[in-house]
Amino acid sequence: MTRTARRNRRMSQVIGVSAAALLALSACSSSDSGSAGASDASASGSAPDGISGEVTVFAAASLKESFTALGEQFEKKNPGTKVTFSFGGSDALAASITGGAPADVFASASPKTMKIVTDAGGASGAPATFVRNQLEIATLPGNPDKVASLKDLTAADLKVVLCDKAVPCGAAAQKALDASRLKLTPVSYEEDVKAALNKVVLKEADAAVVYQTDVKAAGDKVEGVKFPESADAVNDYPIALLKESKNTDAARAFIALVQSAQGQKVLGAAGFLNP
Amino acid sequence: MTDAEKTARGAVARRAPGPVRGEDARSGPADAGLDARLVVERGAFRLDVTLSAAPGDVVALLGPNGAGKTTALRALAGLVALTDGHLRLDGAALDRTPPEARPVGVVFQDYLLFPHLTALDNVAFGPRCHGATKAGARALAAEWLERMDLTAHAGAKPRRLSGGQAQRVALARALATRPRLLLLDEPLAALDARTRLDVRAQLRRHLADFEAVAVLVTHDPLDAMVLADRLVVIEDGGIVQEGSPTHVARHPRTDYIAHLVGLNLYRGRAEGHTVRLDAGPAITTSEDLGGPVFVAFPPSAVTLHRDRPTGSSARNLWRCEVAGLETHGDQIRAALTGELALAADLTTVAAAELDLHPGATVWAALKAAETHAYPA
Amino acid sequence: MTSSPPDSPDRPGAADTLTGGPRRRRAPGSGGSRGAPLPLLLPALVGLAFLVLPLVALLVRAPWRSMPDLLTSSEVWQALRLSLVCATAATAVSLVIGVPLAWLLARVEFPGRGVVRALVTLPLVLPPVVGGVALLMALGRNGVVGQWLDAWFGITLPFTTAGVVVAEAFVAMPFLVISVEGTLRAADPRYEEAATTLGASRFTAFRRVTLPLIAPGVAAGAVLAWARALGEFGATITFAGNFPGRTQTMPLAVYLALQSDPEAAIALSLVLLAVSVAVLAGLRDRWMTAS
Repeated sequence: MTRTARRNRRMSQVIGVSAAALLALSACSSSDSGSAGASDASASGSAPDGISGEVTVFAAASLKESFTALGEQFEKKNPGTKVTFSFGGSDALAASITGGAPADVFASASPKTMKIVTDAGGASGAPATFVRNQLEIATLPGNPDKVASLKDLTAADLKVVLCDKAVPCGAAAQKALDASRLKLTPVSYEEDVKAALNKVVLKEADAAVVYQTDVKAAGDKVEGVKFPESADAVNDYPIALLKESKNTDAARAFIALVQSAQGQKVLGAAGFLNP
Repeated sequence: MTDAEKTARGAVARRAPGPVRGEDARSGPADAGLDARLVVERGAFRLDVTLSAAPGDVVALLGPNGAGKTTALRALAGLVALTDGHLRLDGAALDRTPPEARPVGVVFQDYLLFPHLTALDNVAFGPRCHGATKAGARALAAEWLERMDLTAHAGAKPRRLSGGQAQRVALARALATRPRLLLLDEPLAALDARTRLDVRAQLRRHLADFEAVAVLVTHDPLDAMVLADRLVVIEDGGIVQEGSPTHVARHPRTDYIAHLVGLNLYRGRAEGHTVRLDAGPAITTSEDLGGPVFVAFPPSAVTLHRDRPTGSSARNLWRCEVAGLETHGDQIRAALTGELALAADLTTVAAAELDLHPGATVWAALKAAETHAYPA
Repeated sequence: MTSSPPDSPDRPGAADTLTGGPRRRRAPGSGGSRGAPLPLLLPALVGLAFLVLPLVALLVRAPWRSMPDLLTSSEVWQALRLSLVCATAATAVSLVIGVPLAWLLARVEFPGRGVVRALVTLPLVLPPVVGGVALLMALGRNGVVGQWLDAWFGITLPFTTAGVVVAEAFVAMPFLVISVEGTLRAADPRYEEAATTLGASRFTAFRRVTLPLIAPGVAAGAVLAWARALGEFGATITFAGNFPGRTQTMPLAVYLALQSDPEAAIALSLVLLAVSVAVLAGLRDRWMTAS
């Protein structure tokens, strides 16, 4: 009754923590380090170009590795600044921004989730697409099932996992399948892209349709198979300055760094496509 | 049945070493009944008692709390494993037999009637476990309840039974499996004084009817004396005395027994009619003995005087101090210290006349004829 | 335990005044709030409000107008049916293996019992998603045990309804074990001894004496486990995946609805809550009258 209700609610709060633990287990290098040390940010000493203070960036989970690297570069280039990240599912981040979470920058994994923020009037100016991500098939190491195309995934004895249609990677996969008139029945619609990838990493599924960046981050635990239909479902990543920002100069500078050649190089190394 | 008859029919003491035995005689077929040496070690505590009894015997294990009598009972039932010793019942060794396979019935101290079963089903439980059909077990249980005069309560759950009724259901439940050894743990302790009299008399009748060995544990000497043919007194894990109730009452061997049966008991060395106590003065007795002896006398034999009595015929006179007073019905028992520590009984009227109060000095007199000395 | 009232076999109506026995009946209406001390009453009310408030908020914000449309979707009923079936099956599994485990912990002395007890409660502190991963590693297609299940019997649990039951039982069983063990510890073990002296084997004693005695505790534990299984999300989605009709239980449906349509998620949550409240309240009435 009330106890059950409370447990249900607590469950959804626990998910974030648990998801982090799951990622850690699959060696995708993920932890809560992004939010660590946020408290000791102070406006001591100003940078040569006048940028200082704290920048809080809400970014899609898939950006974790590259944004963490860019954050360090930013702090080095602008002494006296401190970049604090909150990585998570784009929809959850969007919900917390519209709910009043104090953030300066939002980098989302889909225009749809960004639209939640812009519709609520939370963004300052139009969002800009800074990278794109393309789908790829993740197979077991060495590709034992000889998967070569999207069509190969429809084989009856193959265990395939997709993302749920409610999350961007699932929507994109469905778009690609529809475009090529393929009917694929997966064993599971996973709650997010990392969960889908993990089923292959743990060898429970034979293949998953995930992003190129995820395949790259998984290293040799999975083998990527590119497929032409992925061009039909390229995912744009928009970034925007938020209206509630208390440090717009530093926030703008961070967005500029992401869009700069230097930033694009870091993101490209993680498997993202330039816009 | 008189005590003498009971004793004659009574208990068998077979090659059992250890404490002094009473006037028990060897009787009955060699392997019928109980023959046990129970050794149970648990930490610093060691129980080592030897028990034997013929079919029809009722043996009471009497002793203070913590003496080990319940442990002995549990060892007989198989609920406690023997560290050493043996256990034979009607010739069959039971040492390694699990409790459920022993032909033993137990009436527990607080009965432990299964609260979710009716009186009838409680009694039917045993026969059912021994392979009777449901109907057969119930029919047998109904017979037992009738014998116990409980037919009207057959359908009642234990919580609806009075203490006496519950006791009889527990007895019926234990007897329904036709045990060759019936164990009763403080069978009357859970009852109030008034109920106790009735239930004790009923239990005595049922035990008299019981054809196999019955062993009961109690700390109440009256229960033991009324119910049992033979007393086995246990202190600190060992038997300190054993014999018919009358014998034990007349010849207590320890303070505990003496106190239990209301006697002052001393140990000393006799030279003719004088016994020099190990700790204290000499006592003049009527018996003519030599060597180590026990001297016992009842508290009622002691007379108290405010001043040193002159011209009293009492051979024994001690100056004492009142350490405490305890009321026993219309009697007062005074605990005295001084030349000799002893208990004395007197009426409340006498106590008032003497102005007895803790700390008061009194003279205690005792006639030699009232004492009872016997070899230790 | 058993206090013994005076013997009064011939007094009619005496039985009514008798007390004693392990379960004492309390007069209805006794122990009410009358005279409840303020230092207890105030925190109690705060506690109640704390538990009920989020629920009230959910009701207030529920999209009542679009509710009919949401609730006629067959996927919702499919998920609800699957939730009830799996939670009940998980409770049954927990009873079959959890009650004996509780008995072992409560009644048998063995070295390392404390460690075993801690291990049993581990799923309580383990984040459910990690529990799911652990289950994959144990019972998955390539799991420590799972690979043999697959090789010998062709059984693979992940992505199946059976997998949902396994995941839910894993998370829910500790509640049952702890509850039953507590009841067993409180129950007098001498009843079992009494049964064995009457010729009952230890198993018969357990089945015919102990189990009926601890039935209320078992029922309470089963309800706790059932409720926990019904709300289970993390271990289920990780171990059994998410496929409508096969492994998508209500909490999974709620979570995924939250991604795209928060209003639908609220509606689904309310359905889950309503059903669980109805079932729990129904069960409670039944025990109350049964005991």
